[in-house]
Amino acid sequence: MARTSKKSPARKQKSAVRSKPAPRRVVVLVATRKGAWLFHGDRQRKTWRADGPHFLGQIIQHLVLDPRDGRTLLAAAKTGHLGPTIFRSTDFGKTWKESGKPPAFAKVPEGEKGRAVDHTFWLTPCHADEPRAWYAGTSPQGLFRSDDGGDTWEPFSIINDDPKFREWMGSVQDGTPDGPKLHSIIVDPRDPAHLYFAMSGGGIHETRDRGKTWTALVKGMEVVEGFDPANIAFHDPHCVQMCPKNPDRLYQQNHCGIYRIDRPSNEWIRIGRNMPKQVGDVGFPMVLHPRDADTAWVFPMDGQTVWPRTSPEGKPAAYVTRNGGKSWQRLDAGLPKSQAWWTVKRQAMSADARNPVGLYLGTTSGELWMSRDEGKRWSCLARHLPEIYAVEAAEVG
Amino acid sequence: MKVLIPTPLLSYTKEREVEASGATLGELLADLDRRYPGLRFRVIDEQDRMRPHMRFFVNKVQVFDLTHPLRPADSVVLVQALSGG
Repeated sequence: MARTSKKSPARKQKSAVRSKPAPRRVVVLVATRKGAWLFHGDRQRKTWRADGPHFLGQIIQHLVLDPRDGRTLLAAAKTGHLGPTIFRSTDFGKTWKESGKPPAFAKVPEGEKGRAVDHTFWLTPCHADEPRAWYAGTSPQGLFRSDDGGDTWEPFSIINDDPKFREWMGSVQDGTPDGPKLHSIIVDPRDPAHLYFAMSGGGIHETRDRGKTWTALVKGMEVVEGFDPANIAFHDPHCVQMCPKNPDRLYQQNHCGIYRIDRPSNEWIRIGRNMPKQVGDVGFPMVLHPRDADTAWVFPMDGQTVWPRTSPEGKPAAYVTRNGGKSWQRLDAGLPKSQAWWTVKRQAMSADARNPVGLYLGTTSGELWMSRDEGKRWSCLARHLPEIYAVEAAEVG
Repeated sequence: MKVLIPTPLLSYTKEREVEASGATLGELLADLDRRYPGLRFRVIDEQDRMRPHMRFFVNKVQVFDLTHPLRPADSVVLVQALSGG
């Protein structure tokens, strides 16, 4: 009997599975107070290989992969005693080269007191149409741009020396304990000239003309009781994110609540009011779903009395909204049930783009946690790292 | 002249003792930066101020001014005053 070439249903199914592209691998980029680590996951995100420490002993504030080429890494570094710099790798961390001209403020005339960059805090790749271009935010607040893959950096726009912005930046006394910061530099994927950035303190600012003019975007945002919300200097956004699915929607975790804005509206809505009262809506990170603009995660901290900035009652939990902030659900399965007094800093929580979305968070006590199912269940990926400052989930392969 | 380098800067020089020249401490640091790019900014900020915890000794005497004059026979030591955990 002649063999038939017709495939059996089982074989057909197998072929279909084979033709589906394999999921990309996730690499979790972890920046800590004493170095950086890369955690390479398998395609199922079940086993992880630690690569590090890189820059042992150096304070790494942010470690970011360039999504435009999938292999260039930038690390914002300094030591406890040496000045700040940027390290670059074009082979995904196998080798590193120091920036030829790290972010630095303009030198002021003799006799004047000029500012010095203490550390670069935030790194953002520019628009997809601007390959090799990056933005950097510093402490004290400064905005810089590199057009050569992070080798040389120049002040960007008027921000660093403009009298009004300088007034809004306040002094070192007005900033966070380890220095006031410029962060959350956001590039509109539809238009490279449309940018946002935030300052702790100093509000949120928007340009539609590549930094020629800026507008403060603080309407609806609250400030600490007793301060005047009309004064931009008193606004303290902790983390601002733009929805990948809908660039007209932004979410924000602020010193004073969780907010959402839908452009062209200029007014933020305090969606954190819908959080459980006993938990409140204070925190650092804000993480958005890659495909659903109604879904966002936060990781609340204790902002009562003297601001312990730990998990409320020592019981850490993420909270998710699936409806743009109308309601929130607690996600703590797998996390410690009590006596866990850590904090997740503003850059230390991240999401991958897989389905279901993977969430990753790093703690001030040096633990790296992940969830493969959008926060339903958490597992500890690494312990005993130094204090974690930033976690970025990058996808490669 | 001979310049003693602190361990945090060995990633630049690879050696504890290096040669550099300059008529002032500022010129010496500029020469060191030419030989070991990036070194100067780690110890002197963009306003030409010595960074906190960095100390500069010329012939065992601490100096605080980049215009401090140097002679070829001087001994220069860069020290990092390590502190904290």
